[in-house]
Amino acid sequence: MRTKTTLLAAAAVLALGQALPALADFTGGKVRIGVLNDQSSLYADITGRGSVVAAQMAVEDFGGKVKGAPIEVTFADHQNKPDVGSNVARQWYDTDGVDVIVDVPTSSVALAINEVTREKNKVFLVSGAATSDLTGAKCSPNTVHWTYDTWALANGTGSAIVQTGGDSWFFLTADYAFGHALERDTAAVVTKNGGKVLGAVRHPLNNPDFSSYLLQAQGSKAKIIGLANAGGDTINSIKQAAEFGIVAGGQNLAGLLVFISDVHGLGLQTAQGLILTESFYWDLNDSTRAWSKRFAERMNGRVPTMVQAGVYAAVTHYLKALDALGADGDGKAVVEKMKAMPTDDPLFGKGEIRKDGRKLHPMYLFEVKKPAESKGPWDYYKLKATIPADKAFRPLAEGNCPLAQ
Amino acid sequence: MAVRSEPAAIRAATGTGNGLRHHQLGMALLAAALVFAPLVLYPVFLMKVLCFALFACAFNLLVGYVGLLSFGHAAFFGTAAYAAGHAAKVWGLPPELAVLFATACSAVLGLAFGWLAIRRQGIYFAMITLALAQMLYFFYLQAPFTGGEDGIQAIPRGRLFGLIDLANDLVMYWVVLAVFFAGFLLIYRTIHSPFGQVLKAIRENEPRAVSLGYDTDRYKLVAFTLSAALSGLAGGTKAIVFRLASLTDVHWTMSGEVVLMALVGGLGTVFGPIVGAAVVVSLQNYLAGLGHWVTIVQGLIFVACVLAFRRGIVGELARLVGKPL
Repeated sequence: MRTKTTLLAAAAVLALGQALPALADFTGGKVRIGVLNDQSSLYADITGRGSVVAAQMAVEDFGGKVKGAPIEVTFADHQNKPDVGSNVARQWYDTDGVDVIVDVPTSSVALAINEVTREKNKVFLVSGAATSDLTGAKCSPNTVHWTYDTWALANGTGSAIVQTGGDSWFFLTADYAFGHALERDTAAVVTKNGGKVLGAVRHPLNNPDFSSYLLQAQGSKAKIIGLANAGGDTINSIKQAAEFGIVAGGQNLAGLLVFISDVHGLGLQTAQGLILTESFYWDLNDSTRAWSKRFAERMNGRVPTMVQAGVYAAVTHYLKALDALGADGDGKAVVEKMKAMPTDDPLFGKGEIRKDGRKLHPMYLFEVKKPAESKGPWDYYKLKATIPADKAFRPLAEGNCPLAQ
Repeated sequence: MAVRSEPAAIRAATGTGNGLRHHQLGMALLAAALVFAPLVLYPVFLMKVLCFALFACAFNLLVGYVGLLSFGHAAFFGTAAYAAGHAAKVWGLPPELAVLFATACSAVLGLAFGWLAIRRQGIYFAMITLALAQMLYFFYLQAPFTGGEDGIQAIPRGRLFGLIDLANDLVMYWVVLAVFFAGFLLIYRTIHSPFGQVLKAIRENEPRAVSLGYDTDRYKLVAFTLSAALSGLAGGTKAIVFRLASLTDVHWTMSGEVVLMALVGGLGTVFGPIVGAAVVVSLQNYLAGLGHWVTIVQGLIFVACVLAFRRGIVGELARLVGKPL
């Protein structure tokens, strides 16, 4: 009896030993992807559950395994608070065997995760956060910033509007890192193109009442009111601006960060004519349509936002790098591999990741359709211009990223 | 003289002769549990519990033993977090000096707040502390050194006394445990000193304490400052542990949370705030997946606590065993 058990145990050890060499280089024998974002508050539609689904789709499309090691997706809600986010990240890295954190909207939380990831030498794939500091002064060898950033948005929307005559601006800015960065970058683009900035007013995050801020914006007599905010804040400010008759009074709104889910929430009647910049739209080409259709089937018919598309593409590229490297323990090495390999995915096409962690792909300038022009559900955008990858993002030298020197 | 009057003071305070022995037993159990806890639980989580336990104990010193309900204690906690973060990151101070500096900042702030607030009682006292804390919140929101919504990030943990590297979570845990016990014993000593007797007398009947010749305002101010300083000790330590000082620490919800911790554990009990902090922090940690539902769950617990066991967990336990805990 006893010998039998011993024999069985020995056999099991042998079998494990055979299987181990292939798995040895993956920490915990598997790859764990942690999607950390806003699951319940103002950015939940832009990121939230959809980002988790996108990550799961990337894993499934990859075959569910890297070199025999299974891939798992886990997720958590950071409630848009940097301390909650960094707590979750620490726990994930220290005890739960998470190898990579993905998404993380809200720039202040993303900057916190950026530091924790650097400290623990893991990998951080940013899709939801916008601040260009992530590839600028605070860039990290463990971070890749995928989908967009404040500089790209400011550059796309800002220069297009100034060139069509909107040359005096007043900013309505969300009072945190992301809003400040977006305002700073847009103001620079506006001035560079010959426009001028008349002023700015800061409002707290997740603000329900914009009346006093909108009155200040109205009083500034600026032609363009730039909305340097996001999510529910943008929706509320556009809606309340309509109630104050700001657009009817001759001033125009420029949404610096408007997602397709925001346009959906506003309705075409309110949002029509808005000019915005995105890096992904579900109706761009056959492969984006095909993927978006599969995504929508799992999300009650909602099409993906660019952030969710970015999660899919970033995870896909990460898994490709792991496949080439055969290890996930050293975060810096993984990111280096990701930078060395050209990117290619059905959503963003061919591209590359720059030394500072910036993913390069084209950005698109869209105009929101009039209700009459829309042919079906989610048919919201008209493509106005394509900004090529080499012009869409901040030049490497201007970012002051220590990695770029 | 002071040493000899101590047991008598405790007897008077607890109403029974063996209160002290009970507390010693409780402390030994607590110490043993905390020494072995990191073998089972995640040290960073435990450090969070300890920081909040110290914060709740400091708060309890004021509300439980002087009867002053402050609704602005986040100001002291958060100020210390920012002060420690700034000192460690920008000035490059070692962690022990950064935390001491933070404690001093909170003490000074406590003196200033207290000087204004103790002139009123009850709801007015609570409102004054809340108003002052909110003013400070808006200051920190706008002040450049705090980084606004970003907070102060990547605060270095550094080396304790220039020798011990705190980057290791377990090493950090022992330091936090030491800080916690130092603060906790100081509070315990304060409560059971003649000074503490006067505080309790003020809580029970202030006019009578005045008629006995005590300058109650001075006693209240000292207690307020002490409570603020110890809250600062907790806040500064938390900033070093989590390498982050953010607006959450100064927000009014933090003041609410510490009230909840003290209340759930048991106001005016020695061990109550520690239990309360452990319960609230565990809820936040393990229910994080529920997102904003956490606040609703917390609210329900608060209601249940007030309705069903008004003395708090430890308070009810003390009633069951018939001894103060």
